[in-house]
Amino acid sequence: MKPAAFQYLCPRTLDEALQALALHGEQASVLAGGQSLMPMLSFRLLEPQWVIDINRLPGLDHIVHAANHVRLGALVRHAQLLESAVVATHLPLLAQAMPHIAHAAIRERGTLGGSLCLADPAAELPACMLALDARFALRSPHDQREVAAADFFQGLYQTALAPGELLCEVIIPVPAAGSAMVFEELSRRHGDYAMAGLAAWSHPASQRSRLVFLGCGDRPTRAPRAEALLNARTATPPFAQLRAAIDADLQPEADLQAQADTKRHMATVLLQRAWPHL
Amino acid sequence: MTQPHWFPLSLRVNGLAVQALVEPRQHLADFLRDQLGLTGTHLGCEYGVCGACTVRVNGRIVRACLMLAAQAQNCEVQTIEGLDAQGNFQDLQQAFVQRNALQCGFCTPGMVMCASALLEQGGCPSRTEIRAHISGNYCRCTGYEAIVDAIELTAQSRAGIAKA
Repeated sequence: MKPAAFQYLCPRTLDEALQALALHGEQASVLAGGQSLMPMLSFRLLEPQWVIDINRLPGLDHIVHAANHVRLGALVRHAQLLESAVVATHLPLLAQAMPHIAHAAIRERGTLGGSLCLADPAAELPACMLALDARFALRSPHDQREVAAADFFQGLYQTALAPGELLCEVIIPVPAAGSAMVFEELSRRHGDYAMAGLAAWSHPASQRSRLVFLGCGDRPTRAPRAEALLNARTATPPFAQLRAAIDADLQPEADLQAQADTKRHMATVLLQRAWPHL
Repeated sequence: MTQPHWFPLSLRVNGLAVQALVEPRQHLADFLRDQLGLTGTHLGCEYGVCGACTVRVNGRIVRACLMLAAQAQNCEVQTIEGLDAQGNFQDLQQAFVQRNALQCGFCTPGMVMCASALLEQGGCPSRTEIRAHISGNYCRCTGYEAIVDAIELTAQSRAGIAKA
């Protein structure tokens, strides 16, 4: 249960970090909060030759509200998001989701960027980002680009991040006035990964919504038929009707926690619970 | 690959300046236990699940098995051995004894370190809040009820509600 040997780099500037990443490419692992990377190193699921620790990079831990957007540095810790007045005021979906993420000591170290780049399909933050239409600012030594959350998550632990690229900032448009947001999840114990979860945003006045499920596919997954039902703004439809929409929208694989059918049932329960608040 | 360069680490542990050469792959818990002999930081699972290795780094609770020793460069690390140097948590330790909140004792250092952060926030957390706060710390004797009792008693005593 000890990691294999590696060389350790702790760059002090973004340029230095990007150069090191470009140089060592796929032989390097980026160490942010380490709350998933360290176990993977210990289990030797990963044996990088280089570990590039980005924790000392300046200017990547901001939470700023400006020009109708919230900008979050990739090194913002979960505990920071949980305590942030800006997040509580402008992004209540995130504020609702944060207490579900792991445990106090994990939230002190774990980072926003780390969670997004890991792209665990049962994680809370990727689903929230998709529901909130976030954009991710990626940097490499001579380039920078923005990728929409919808394009960033590409499968089980797969993202649009190219070798040598670093996620530096997340840009989230502040939801329109009159938006409703609900985060719900079902897990076996507090802090465990969800068996199924829902990050939901709706704007009743314009009949728009985003229903994003976690733990119900190989990536955070939108449910278009359920969204269409919600956008029709009826009273909560019968369970069977919601279930039919969920069955059409989600194709979860069974995992250690639940059968596929159980997950679809749970997703429907979550949708039914959230419905009156959307 | 070439032999990794050992890392010249400089930090403060329980108020004392420490300098050491560490292997990059060594995690903070192994460093504290094997190099400094501070074996109060327990290693249960070594992948961040059990919470037995909980210490405080710059005041915040962290899993010492999920942090490289090298990452503690220039940090202030507090372990169970140094928790009570100022006598700030004698009441918590006493409450653990009084409420029989330790059985085999393996999880106790992590529990106490974790609870210390909650108690520092002040106020009187509910039993539900206490349970949520220690949800990342496993007690395999399943003595949670008594542990929650001890933390609750300490919080209430500090708020002047109960007498320890």
